[in-house]
Amino acid sequence: MIEFKDVTKTFDSKQGTVHAVQDVNLKIEDGHIYGIVGYSGAGKSTLIRMLNGLETPTSGSVNIDEVEISALTGAKLRAQRHKIGMIFQHFNLLWSRTVLENIMFPLEIAGNSKADAKQKAAHLAELVGLSGRENAYPAELSGGQKQRVGIARALANDPQILLSDEATSALDPQTTDEVLDLLLDINKKLNLTIVLITHEMHVIRKIADHVAVMEDGKIVEQGPVLEVFKRPQQAVTKRFVNEEVTPSLTETTAVVDQLLAKYPKGTIVQLTFHGDQAQLPIVSEMLKQYTLDLNIIEGAIHQTQEGAIGSLYIQISGDQSQINGALAYLQKMRVETEVLNRE
Amino acid sequence: MNSQGLGSYFKFSNVDWGNMLSSTWETIWLTLVSMIVVAILGIALGLLLFETTNSQQPWAKVLNWVVALFVNVFRSIPFIILIVLLLPVTQSIVGTIIGPRAALPSLIISAAPFYARMVELAFHELDHGVIEAAESMGATRWQIIRKVLLPESLPALVSGITVTTISLIGYTAMAGAIGAGGLGNLAYQDGFQSNNNAITLVATVIIVIIVFIFQFIGDVAVKHIDKRAN
Repeated sequence: MIEFKDVTKTFDSKQGTVHAVQDVNLKIEDGHIYGIVGYSGAGKSTLIRMLNGLETPTSGSVNIDEVEISALTGAKLRAQRHKIGMIFQHFNLLWSRTVLENIMFPLEIAGNSKADAKQKAAHLAELVGLSGRENAYPAELSGGQKQRVGIARALANDPQILLSDEATSALDPQTTDEVLDLLLDINKKLNLTIVLITHEMHVIRKIADHVAVMEDGKIVEQGPVLEVFKRPQQAVTKRFVNEEVTPSLTETTAVVDQLLAKYPKGTIVQLTFHGDQAQLPIVSEMLKQYTLDLNIIEGAIHQTQEGAIGSLYIQISGDQSQINGALAYLQKMRVETEVLNRE
Repeated sequence: MNSQGLGSYFKFSNVDWGNMLSSTWETIWLTLVSMIVVAILGIALGLLLFETTNSQQPWAKVLNWVVALFVNVFRSIPFIILIVLLLPVTQSIVGTIIGPRAALPSLIISAAPFYARMVELAFHELDHGVIEAAESMGATRWQIIRKVLLPESLPALVSGITVTTISLIGYTAMAGAIGAGGLGNLAYQDGFQSNNNAITLVATVIIVIIVFIFQFIGDVAVKHIDKRAN
C-alpha cells in the first residue's frame, strides 16, 4: 500500500516560495489503478516523483508498504527504485540501443547477467506486443511502439508499482487507447499497482478505478472514478468531467464493469440517442410492443458540438425472443444499442 | 627574397621523397598520439565540468570553477604563443625541445580544453528525461555515465574529436615550423628557407589529403553510430 502523509513540497524561486504540493494525504491500495488528474502546474508531477525518490517532500512522509521512501538515500533508495517502474510522456528511451537492449537496460542496472537479461527482455517484448521488432532502434518505431518499449522496460525488474507520467499525452487517440488497454491488461495479469498522472479525464475514465483531482498543489477531490464522475463536487472536477462528454460513451469500461457487478441478472443494454431521437418516446413504445420488465439504471443527456447525445443504461428481463425483438426494434429506430455481457 | 616564379612549384626533381615520406609519418604519428590523449583528457575534463555544473556541494563548485578556469585560459592562448610559453615545461617533461615528442605537451594542452568544452556541451544537449529515466531505475552515477551519457552522446563526441583532430593537424604544422618535425617542418625548412616551392606544394597537398581522410573517417563513423534517424 502506498501512503502519502501530510506531504508538502515547496520550492524557493525568485518570485518567492512556490507550494508545489500542499498537505496531501492519499492512500493507494495494492492492485489498484489510481489516477491523479490536474492541469499542468497542479503539482501532480512532483507528487508522483516522490514515489521513487526523484523528489523528496519538504515535510510529511511517503510510504510504500511501511517503508518510508522519502527517508531513503543512496544504495537503499536505488534498491527500492528497482522495484518501481516508471513510464514517461516522451518515452525517454535510449536511442543508441535497440528495443531489446532498451528493455535489458534496467536489468543490467540491477546487476543481472547479460544472458538472463536478454531472455527476460525477449519475454517482455512479447508481452507488450513487440515480437519481431526486438532489433529495431527507437527511431524506427511509432509513438505507440515506443511507449510499449517504455512499458516493457518499466516491467523488467518485476516491480510492484508502475508509475505513469502522462504516458499517453504524446499519442494520438487511437494509440492512447491501445496503450491504455495494455496497461489495463498488465494490471490484471501481474496484479500491479499503477499510479498515473494525466490531464486527460479520458485516461482516468478508461482505466483508473480511483481518482484524485489536484489543483494548486492540493488534492481537492478523491474517490472511486464512478462516484467522482457521477457527482463531481469541485468546480475543477466538474470541468474535467464535462470535458469528457464526447460521443464515444461506449468505452466506459469502468462504468460497465460496475454495472455488471451490480446487476448480475437480465440483459444490460446501453442505448445511445442522437439529436431528434432523444426527444421521441422510443422506450415507452418498445414496452408496448414487447413483454419485458424494464429497469432504468442510469441516463444522461449531454450537449456536444454535434447536438444532444442521450445515453441510457437499462436492464431488461423476460423471454429471450422478446428481448431479441426489442433490440431489433431499437435498431430499426436508429438507436445505437450495445448489449453489455459479462466475459 | 626570390620566389622564383610559378614554374618553381613543379620542379619535383628537387623533392626528396624519402624525406617527404618520413615527415608524413611524423605528422600522422603526432596527430594520432595527441588525438588519443586529447580524447581521453577532454572526455574526463568534460565529464568533470558536466557533473559539477549543477551540484550544490561546495567542493564541486570549487572544482567546477578551477576546471572551467583552466579550460578557458588554455583555450584562449594562441597556439604559437603557447608552444613558446611551454618550452621550459616541455624541457622538463620530455627532456628536449626538439622533435615530434617535444611537440606533444603543447599540442595536448592546447586541444584538450577545447575538446572538453565540446564534450560538456554534448552532455548538456542530451535529453534530461533519459537521465531521469535511468535514475528512476536505480542507476548509480557511474552507471549513468557509462550507460547513458557516453553512448547517447557518442555521435557528438566523435564529430567533436574529428574537428579537434583537424585543428591538431594544423597545430602540428605550426609546431613543425619551430622544430617539431613533420610536414610543417619540411615545408618551412626545405621548402620556404631553401626556396624550394615544389616541396612546399607537395607537403601542402599531403596535409590536405590527411585532413580529408580524418574528416571522412569521422563522418563515416558518426553516420554508423547515430541511430536517431534512419
